[in-house]
Amino acid sequence: MSDTTLDPVTTPPPVDTLTPAQEATARLKELHPNIVSDDTREGYEGLIVYADSITEVAKSLRDELGFNYLSSVTGVDYLEEGKLEVVYHLYNIARGGGPVVLKAQVNRDEPVLPSLTPIFPGADFQEREAFDMYGFNFLGHPDLRRILTWDGFNGHPLRKDWKEPFYEEENKPFGSRWPDGQVFRAEEHNPYGKNVQYPPGWVPTGDEYDVETDVYLGLSYSRDSTPGLKTDKVTVNLGPQHPSTHGVFRMVVTLDGETIVDLKPVMGYLHRNHEQIGERNTFNMNMPYTDRLDYLSSMSNNLGYAITIEKLFDMTVPERAEWIRILMVELTRICNHLWALGFLLNDLGALQTPMLYFYLERELILDFFEATSGARMLCNYMRFGGLAYDLPDEVRGVPTLKFLEELIFNRLPSVLDQGDDLITGNEIVRARAIGVGILTPQDAIAMSTAGPLLRASGVPYDIRRAEPYSYYEHLDFDVAVRYNGDIYDRYLIRIDEMRQSLRILEQVLPHLKRTMGAPIIGDKPQYAMRAPRAGESYGRVENPKGELGYYVTTKRRSGNPERYHVRAPSFINLTALGPMSRGYKIADVVAILGSIDIVLGEVDR
Amino acid sequence: MTVANTGAIAGDVSVPDELANNVFITNIAKLLDPVYNWSRRNSIWPVTFGLACCAIEMICTASSRFDLARFGMEVFRATPRQADLMIISGTVTKKMVPTIVRLYNQMPEPRYVLSMGACASGGGPFKEGYNVVDGIDKFLPVDVYVPGCPPTPQALINGLIALQEKIDQQSISTAPWYDKKDPTAGLYPVPVLGPDLVDVRQLDIIRQEATRYTPENPVRAAEAEPTEPPDVEDAPKTVEPQ
Ligand code: SF4
Repeated sequence: MSDTTLDPVTTPPPVDTLTPAQEATARLKELHPNIVSDDTREGYEGLIVYADSITEVAKSLRDELGFNYLSSVTGVDYLEEGKLEVVYHLYNIARGGGPVVLKAQVNRDEPVLPSLTPIFPGADFQEREAFDMYGFNFLGHPDLRRILTWDGFNGHPLRKDWKEPFYEEENKPFGSRWPDGQVFRAEEHNPYGKNVQYPPGWVPTGDEYDVETDVYLGLSYSRDSTPGLKTDKVTVNLGPQHPSTHGVFRMVVTLDGETIVDLKPVMGYLHRNHEQIGERNTFNMNMPYTDRLDYLSSMSNNLGYAITIEKLFDMTVPERAEWIRILMVELTRICNHLWALGFLLNDLGALQTPMLYFYLERELILDFFEATSGARMLCNYMRFGGLAYDLPDEVRGVPTLKFLEELIFNRLPSVLDQGDDLITGNEIVRARAIGVGILTPQDAIAMSTAGPLLRASGVPYDIRRAEPYSYYEHLDFDVAVRYNGDIYDRYLIRIDEMRQSLRILEQVLPHLKRTMGAPIIGDKPQYAMRAPRAGESYGRVENPKGELGYYVTTKRRSGNPERYHVRAPSFINLTALGPMSRGYKIADVVAILGSIDIVLGEVDR
Repeated sequence: MTVANTGAIAGDVSVPDELANNVFITNIAKLLDPVYNWSRRNSIWPVTFGLACCAIEMICTASSRFDLARFGMEVFRATPRQADLMIISGTVTKKMVPTIVRLYNQMPEPRYVLSMGACASGGGPFKEGYNVVDGIDKFLPVDVYVPGCPPTPQALINGLIALQEKIDQQSISTAPWYDKKDPTAGLYPVPVLGPDLVDVRQLDIIRQEATRYTPENPVRAAEAEPTEPPDVEDAPKTVEPQ
């Protein structure tokens, strides 16, 4: 994709060998000739599957063809055709490469299809989300409730004919704001003066729907049948305001004494309608919104979105821009892991001290981001086909390259060593972390976990190697992997990953020097970009928290995405929280959650 | 902190000449207010309460580099019952706002609300979203607004200093929280989740609107006739708390 001047390290595969995905697609057509067919719409790929048979196809993909990782499940509304579609992206963990894309289409009025949860437990939350947003009825789903909005919410908000209270027009830019530039406050046009609407004719009765009941009904309550002391189970709510939940996340826990019998995550307390706003926005406008997904790693979110749209628009990225991109996302990874470790140790009882040490170094990185992009945290730095700005001349009064050298060769390695010295061998950390919150590799794959969580369970799957993007195939680094799958390994793997990131950064620095002054964006930057073709695009990057994917569809010459979906790693990683915590003590669940490393902006979007 | 020697107040108290240098006459508010406010302004304890991206900058403000401890504010309390200040640090969603109002009701007086960032102040970039509350001031009284997305730690500290200045202006004799007349005065009605967020102070308007709109003609911002903008600031006073 990039007009690199380097020799490719890996020779491209000869034309006649099929990628694992193509192979599997061809095999599927042989295996299920009447059920699957090619998606022939312009710009689309993958297979259209007869909706009622989706489980059969998924089963043969998993068992016979090695596509055992269901990465993304998303709904799409094709209002004009009267259809709703579920799109599945499956990957082959062992062989890497691109996805097999399955699509199941159902009638808009009666969107019923089987659930994939019996085959891929990782579909659990994603199917609930699709139900919430589109109203799909997944038969056989164990707990099909709303997940991002609340029970009793009116309508399915991502359906194309559903309109929000402050609705103005289908797509931006809105006529009310441009070109006349009038001042327009949506509240003035709403009889309630607020961002609310009620179904026509709805009259409050005073006893509204009890939004809590179903949460508790989903838990296992049964009395203990084992001999000995009979105890009652207690249900405890942790969150949404709780210092250990890293934001507005809530866990409902059933306890037997102090032991966890069942745990259900409850989310949506930070559901900011990212996708719905994204579908009204123009392509460009979504870039700053992606910052706010995983707000600890805005740079890598930018990269994922930029890659997706560059695929859709067939754009190339100049060499210098690619190197700076890698510089930014690897620094982001370090930033994020420092934060995650600070909080994990906080949760383990090392209250704030390690955090304060780590954040000094994190501030240095933020200063660099601020000098480059103008913002410390939410950088909005990447553009389609390149970057917004080149590197600055100086950071904190030091020439940029010197600052980076000092950071990469000196400050960051020493903070890692210091942390390693003080914490890794610490008796308390070891006692609390080793052997707690175990996730087996089989479960990790089945539950679609990603990133450090997956790799700490012994699955060496890293998108930078499995399906390389940008210049990662030219870089020399190892995929960090640990094999015990407990909290301790999830702690260690983050240190490993930071060390690997430093290794990458060391290799990037000479290229930055060499390409000084070269262009950082391919074409002239444009404000109103239009899609050159209709179709879909799925791009994914290895974010610090795991696989971040964007699924975008659009129409030809359209300036807005039709469907804009984010496969959020924190959200899907939470699938494993319940199974991982069962049988441990209530105090451990705090550390287990900390070791997953979630950020609520991404969980709830 | 110095209290001026006001001397004898005419017609009020008379001090014999020989005691003039030993007696110090002032009124109770002038004497106590500076002490009372000085101690409060330097020990504002916020609730540990992060909502979204702004919370990250709030944590940065409290940690090593910006060091909120310089202002006596580093003691983040996990329970609202021990806190003086609620920093609304991020996007307020409809699903979350009942919890926020409940937390606020649990805070003892004197209490303050600082709205941090564009989202908390007015919905920010997510204002048009169907699950977003367009500003926490629709439900709670806000003392200080800090602009930014996210506000930098410096901006937050500036907002906190503004709050300190506000505290300096208060007087023990007029402080509303010592007024025992109405025990529910400090309670704000907790909104309810129905088909959409229901502000219980607006039940009357909702009933009235239910007759005005039909399925063919739903209530919608751009389409509806502009109505008188409701007076948001007056809302808490005019409606009975729950
Ligand atoms: S104001 Fe900006 S930074 Fe703060 S919560 Fe809202 S989107 Fe995030």
